[in-house]
Amino acid sequence: MRDLVYLPDVVTLSLCEDTCNGCGMCIKVCPHEVFELYGKKAHIIRRDYCMECGACALNCPVQAVKVNSGVGCAAGIINGILSKSEPTCGCSDSKSNCC
Amino acid sequence: MKNSFLDGNITVSDAVIPIVSTSIDFEDFLGAVMVRWGINRNHYRVSPGLYAIGKPSRESDVFVTANYKLSFDAVRKNLSGENGWILVLDTKGVNVWCAAGKGTFGTKELVNRIRMVELEKVVNHRRLILPQLGATGVAAHKVREETGFNVHYGPVRASDIKEFISNGYKADKEMRKVTFGFKDRIKLVPNDFMYGKFYLLGAMAALFIISGLNSNGFSFREFSSEGGPAILKIFLAYIAGIVITPMFLPYLPGRHFSLKGFFAGTLIFLILLMLKSSGRDLIEILSWFLVITAISSFLAMNFTGSSTFTSLSGVKKEMKISLPFQIGFASIGIILQVVGKLI
Repeated sequence: MRDLVYLPDVVTLSLCEDTCNGCGMCIKVCPHEVFELYGKKAHIIRRDYCMECGACALNCPVQAVKVNSGVGCAAGIINGILSKSEPTCGCSDSKSNCC
Repeated sequence: MKNSFLDGNITVSDAVIPIVSTSIDFEDFLGAVMVRWGINRNHYRVSPGLYAIGKPSRESDVFVTANYKLSFDAVRKNLSGENGWILVLDTKGVNVWCAAGKGTFGTKELVNRIRMVELEKVVNHRRLILPQLGATGVAAHKVREETGFNVHYGPVRASDIKEFISNGYKADKEMRKVTFGFKDRIKLVPNDFMYGKFYLLGAMAALFIISGLNSNGFSFREFSSEGGPAILKIFLAYIAGIVITPMFLPYLPGRHFSLKGFFAGTLIFLILLMLKSSGRDLIEILSWFLVITAISSFLAMNFTGSSTFTSLSGVKKEMKISLPFQIGFASIGIILQVVGKLI
């Protein structure tokens, strides 16, 4: 099946190739094949497929990857606006739904 | 809840560890069907801690999962015939990916749980196998610093665990990739359908009341002839956003979910138009077009939260464009309904 892709040119993902140590962890954790390793460095090859889950940034041991991560969920963003907090989807322990 | 999956105990270094069965029985199946419909969803959990599969030794692998019972069932089912350990984290009954996004399937909980079950006394090695989607909450290098255990990210899907092991603990490209095929999408429909039920009933009630209006105020004859069709149209708009849009997601035009939902709603409207059921005059027909597409578009936009490829930045951008249209369509649609009835 063709990979599904969302809006172009919106994601906040960035990679500092000077800092990158080429460990390949970002490639292992990315669910959408956004990175590729060549020349002993990671490279962003499919930026628009990124869903800003933040796995790469969290698992980068040298903090070369940065992304403003969060839930890509309209209901979560509305919840966040209404409760004046970070967007969270409703799949918490108390209330039901989402994800 | 009685735990029918428990199957005796194993004792390692004075620790008594429950053994779990790898077969899924009717009770597990029924529970799974129910949570898909949103029944008992927030209480469908297993106790966090360490469990055994088969007859594990001190060299056997440790698989980490969430305490949502659907997640736990997926892991034990796919480990049939193997010997190993399952370390269940306390994710408050939420699946791995969502819990990792919230941080409950996270570095802190994993480190605490390793210490609590004294994992270093149970196994001689220092390997943990985590589902790849747990990486959103777990920093592998920090877990190693704090506990000495090395996190190995396994496949996305539990069904690939055995292949992952036989591959020499390597997840290939396909195992690492999240897909969102027809089956994946359809599984989410019942829960989304149930989630919005009060909004659905509210919208049905509102349009039912409006349907009874006429130039003399309220009329029971209007209610009896127009009330039913009004309720049905709202229900069909709901179906367009919650069932049709997820089903045909890749084929509906546009990248914005709200636009896809708008087209699904338009489709419903066109069918009603062909059946000559979309209103008695131009104002009513136009008002139904606006109301149906607004509802369908808004609900479709909410499916971004269930999808596996939308980003926070993207959804924010989509909402900025789409919400004003949805609110505008719904408001103008309702005003036209009322005005059309009163003149």
